[in-house]
Amino acid sequence: MDTEIAVETHGLTKIYGAGNTEVTAMRDVTLSVRKGEVVALLGPSGSGKSTLLTAVGLINLPTSGKVMINGALVLDGPDAFLNLTTFRRNHIGFVFQKSNLIPFLSARENVQVALELNGVTGRMAGKKAIKLLEYLGISDRADNYPAMLSGGQQQRVAVARALANRPSLILADEPTAALDSVRGRQVMELFSKVAHEQNGAVIVVTHDHRALDVFDLIYEMEDGKIRKKGDKQNAAHRTHDD
Amino acid sequence: MNLAFKDIRHNLGRFALTSFGIGMLLMMVMGMVGIYRGMIEDATLLIDRLGADIWVVQNNTRGPFAEVSRVPRNLLDRVAVIPGITDAREFIYHMIQREREGNPLRIGVVGLSWPLDKGEWLPLIAGRSLSQAHYEMVADQTLGIGLGEKLRLGKETFSVVGITKGMISSGGDGLAFFTVEDAQLIQFDTPGEAVRLERASRLERGAKADIGLSQPPLLERALGPSSSIPAFGPPMVSAVIATLHPSFEPSAVLSVLSGWRDVSVYTAQAQRQLMLKGMVEMARKQIGLFTALLTFISAIIMALILYTLTLEKVHEIALLKLIGAPNRVILSMILQQALFLAMAGYGIAYLAGQKVFPNFPRRVILLDRDLFTLALIVLGISIASSILGIYKAVRVNPSEALAG
Repeated sequence: MDTEIAVETHGLTKIYGAGNTEVTAMRDVTLSVRKGEVVALLGPSGSGKSTLLTAVGLINLPTSGKVMINGALVLDGPDAFLNLTTFRRNHIGFVFQKSNLIPFLSARENVQVALELNGVTGRMAGKKAIKLLEYLGISDRADNYPAMLSGGQQQRVAVARALANRPSLILADEPTAALDSVRGRQVMELFSKVAHEQNGAVIVVTHDHRALDVFDLIYEMEDGKIRKKGDKQNAAHRTHDD
Repeated sequence: MNLAFKDIRHNLGRFALTSFGIGMLLMMVMGMVGIYRGMIEDATLLIDRLGADIWVVQNNTRGPFAEVSRVPRNLLDRVAVIPGITDAREFIYHMIQREREGNPLRIGVVGLSWPLDKGEWLPLIAGRSLSQAHYEMVADQTLGIGLGEKLRLGKETFSVVGITKGMISSGGDGLAFFTVEDAQLIQFDTPGEAVRLERASRLERGAKADIGLSQPPLLERALGPSSSIPAFGPPMVSAVIATLHPSFEPSAVLSVLSGWRDVSVYTAQAQRQLMLKGMVEMARKQIGLFTALLTFISAIIMALILYTLTLEKVHEIALLKLIGAPNRVILSMILQQALFLAMAGYGIAYLAGQKVFPNFPRRVILLDRDLFTLALIVLGISIASSILGIYKAVRVNPSEALAG
């Protein structure tokens, strides 16, 4: 496994509001994820998991702290050192719990649009999109709209889209929330496969403890802080305890 | 990949319905412009079709279309002898309203100078022009009188020998063409008792007038029809119209006529302007303002529709931003949809208008230049209308894709 650091945060803090309405959603979070690693972020609702994910995803800028991706300093507090839209398009893939496909595009087009946004021309983008859907075992539904796909199929398309531009980092927020346990596990295993085969880093926010053995590292958050850090062994124990 | 087209394809029903709504709105705007053009066309139709270069009318009046104008019939002879005049014709124009089969029938009565003018220039769609001095008429199809039908006007019955198309008065009523004599019969139709009283009065006036004293035979005719004694009768025609010889300077002829103190003289162009400035001006302003208002309302409605369409796509826009779509891709999608919507609406307006406008009571004339101008305005409106939606789209945060 490549041991290069894919993403690194130092002292990330996010404060919403001011004065009496001030809420600290994330405080002093430092973590690092290597290429090829699949990392889980656990924690109760409101613990700051999604805030951390969106900060690393360059969507929700932190109040303070640094974000480095592939060794490059991208964010220092709310200050961006690169064009975030372009950087996101080239380096980060996103998967979310539901409704994360564009409803007026077919499965193939949902993947194709990500490729075209990155400069791949129409016909080539279409071919690549089909290959990705084949890789994820859903090419037979390529021309179906999201509304015609099951939750699991939608998530596979979303994963295909996230992989389209071969990102170095995939961020997933509750990707199995709408799936049954079998489908949920399949998606988690898919992340593991992608991370290991494509040497990308995957960070997954999840409440689903049934597939924790898939993850290389597990971070637990509470009150905006990282409380615990575990590995596969801990995950196996946790799964049995649950 | 054209995202705007993909979205439209996926929501084709709603898009079609929205386009239809906008189309109907634009059809109203188109219709108002067409009605305005129709009014101008109707107002100047007769002036243009008669082909006269000069209109000689009652002094200090604006001509028979704007107000009552009466000039004596012998004015024709005075005008005809002016050097440069090729031909002079009597002309009568007045409105009448009768009842036909229980419905009001408004007719613009036009008297043609028989036998010089038999109405050969009329745009006939059936029948023929006038071929005898009395009891024939050519009617416009809008009057709803069929070829060969007979119509009683005053004490006479007239046969419809020809049907015209598009011969409308400035008020939108159909025109009917008679000989000058017949038009007079209709215009001066009076009850028997009134005729007897007038003849007695005429005899009395004639006995006191110089002409009656110097020409006693005239007095003998005082008890006959007034049309046979123009010297005593009321002014008989609305105007005398004349055509100039091409080699003569119109100003030379006009300078002669302008010296006559009993009449006013207008060129055909001046007569047109009088019609447009006088009778049509108010309506033109009214329709112009109404059209501007409708256009403004269309712009607001289009803006709201496009804004609503954008609001419905906030999640998709956030998703697109999340996967790295730059603002120009989003803006292009919204702008293209606005243009698609405008084009479809305009097309529907045009096609629907072609079917609907011919059934309007007033003429609706769509000129190419008006259609082109309206297309440009619609283009402008659609771009301006999409600004609200674009403003909203630009402010969408990619993190909104995470919600739900």
